[in-house]
Amino acid sequence: MADSKHIVLRHLDIGKPIIKLKDYEKRAGGYDGFKKAVKMEKSAVIDEVKASGLRGRGGAGFPAGVKWSFIPQNEPIKYVTVNADESETGTFKDRLIMEQNPHQLIEGALTCAYAIGAKAVYIYLRGEFWDVAHMLDERIEEARKAGYIGENILGSGFSCEVYTHLGAGAYICGEESALLNSLEGKLGQPRVRPPFPAQKGGGLYGEATVVNNVETLANVPWIMVNGADEYKKIGTEQSAGTKLYCVSGNIQKPGVYELPFDTTFRELLETVCGGPPEGRSFKALLPSGGSGPIVPLTDEVLDTRMSYEDCAAIDTIIGSASLIVMDDSVNIAWVASKVIKFFAHESCGKCTPCREGTYWLDKVLDRIMAGQATAKDIERIDDVAKNMAGITLCALGDFAANPIIHTIKHFKEDFLAMAEGKELAQAGD
Amino acid sequence: MAVIGNKKYSKQIEHHFSKYPDKRSAVMPLLYIAQEEYGWVNDDGIQEVAELCELDPTHVKSIAGFYTMYSEKSKGKYWLQVCTDLSCALRGADEFHKDLKAYLEVEEGGTTDDDLFTVEHVMCLAACDNAPMLQCNFHYMENLDMEKMKAWVEEKRAELQKELDA
Ligand SMILES: Cc1cc2nc3c(=O)[nH]c(=O)nc-3n(C[C@H](O)[C@H](O)[C@H](O)COP(=O)(O)O)c2cc1C
Ligand code: SF4
Ligand code: FES
Repeated sequence: MADSKHIVLRHLDIGKPIIKLKDYEKRAGGYDGFKKAVKMEKSAVIDEVKASGLRGRGGAGFPAGVKWSFIPQNEPIKYVTVNADESETGTFKDRLIMEQNPHQLIEGALTCAYAIGAKAVYIYLRGEFWDVAHMLDERIEEARKAGYIGENILGSGFSCEVYTHLGAGAYICGEESALLNSLEGKLGQPRVRPPFPAQKGGGLYGEATVVNNVETLANVPWIMVNGADEYKKIGTEQSAGTKLYCVSGNIQKPGVYELPFDTTFRELLETVCGGPPEGRSFKALLPSGGSGPIVPLTDEVLDTRMSYEDCAAIDTIIGSASLIVMDDSVNIAWVASKVIKFFAHESCGKCTPCREGTYWLDKVLDRIMAGQATAKDIERIDDVAKNMAGITLCALGDFAANPIIHTIKHFKEDFLAMAEGKELAQAGD
Repeated sequence: MAVIGNKKYSKQIEHHFSKYPDKRSAVMPLLYIAQEEYGWVNDDGIQEVAELCELDPTHVKSIAGFYTMYSEKSKGKYWLQVCTDLSCALRGADEFHKDLKAYLEVEEGGTTDDDLFTVEHVMCLAACDNAPMLQCNFHYMENLDMEKMKAWVEEKRAELQKELDA
């Protein structure tokens, strides 16, 4: 298994989806990682995941094993919540894992549940993943029948349930504390922290809770089987393992590609994805969906490795690795207006700078796009965005400031051309 | 009919209550059931969900209003939500959305006269590599173009005609 190309999208090595438990057991190692885990001390499982260097794939890159170790062992009730809200523009990887290799997620989540001693796992899916949730329910039933879920699992004394829960169309529910509120039947708005979800009082129903992304947990079975040392050999020093890169926009072959973290943007975008559309050249890249800083797609960027540390060095983030590619036909002010519309729509309205800020940014950008603005308006939105950053209750406020600040920083001429009505015909409009 | 006392839903409702330590958590799945029963989340649905989850109806109403997938007005049989977010727009989704509305002769959010189709645009649906795409009720339709859409629309119209004739 260690020499196979994929850790998460294992079905690609086999050539077809691994849906049924029978297939997962026969062709992809089954629940071997989990079986191994339940024979180990709980703390040893956490130590192994810590040692692997596995980092959260939902965006922030927090070390998974460290997060698990925050859970107080002496609390009687603990939970695992799987973040399958996947709503960031340009992100479509978790859906693929759940559709094509679902048992690997369930196995990873159960391993986490064992390690922290959780009594239940809730998989929170965005409401649009209706079909995926129903399919997952069937896989959960299979795993229950096989004795991986329920009472006294595999004779270990550990008992745990796994459930799915559907959201109903709110991007903010991907933010972990909003997700917990939503799961509790409250409005899906972020909570004030501390306490953090891993602490008593901060998690689901006030109990200590691990919230992890789908892709994060889907890495765990491989780590349990092959060991932390093998895992660390893949990727870079600070970014161990592989990443699922979602590529969309102006590119020949959009899709999800699982590659080691030491792969460069060039290798992915040119070699794997075949470059920009015929007759076009690359202009810009959003490496982490709408929320991360945009970069011009220069040779320097193309030769950068798609890791946490290498992306930080070029003033952006790899985040959830949702690469949205823009070619030379695109005006970047239009990109900013699209992205700000998203955040204005998705702001939960709880804090003023985010609610009002996104509203005004959207309005002024509309004016810019209509050719009815001046250079002063561009300075104004830059100011508004800079004032929003860092003072909101959750990171959405920062996410919404990024597309303005960084698009203006790198592509101010596009804004000027728009504002003064020099360029009105737009891609897609 | 109604949600409470309806045999069609009793098993589902029981299952949802069994999932959570707290009745309140079942409010979202139960709102989906109310929407299925009434076609949208109306006051009767709100009332029933509130009763079942032992919540205040105004709270249930605010939940229904917070999330976009609970419809607060009646929709066509096929609720077409076209993604026009950035990745899809880079692959022609804005144009597709405009052409679809023109073909069906509806405004944004409007429903066709035969009550079959409602069209509106939405944010990213996590299918960006298969743009243009849309969500029809709870299912995805991907890699679309107007040719495909026209054929599909006419098929649904023919089905309706057949029903009316029968
Ligand atoms: C506005 C907002 C939206 C988010 N959306 C998602 C999401 O859709 N999926 C996800 O896994 N994490 C999302 N996150 C990150 C989560 O808050 C959290 O960091 C993550 O689920 C932790 O899991 P990980 O450590 O495995 O990445 C979002 C964060 C913010 C601030
Ligand atoms: S920053 Fe925006 S999304 Fe986050 S809590 Fe405040 S208003 Fe809500
Ligand atoms: S941008 Fe349309 S599905 Fe993601």
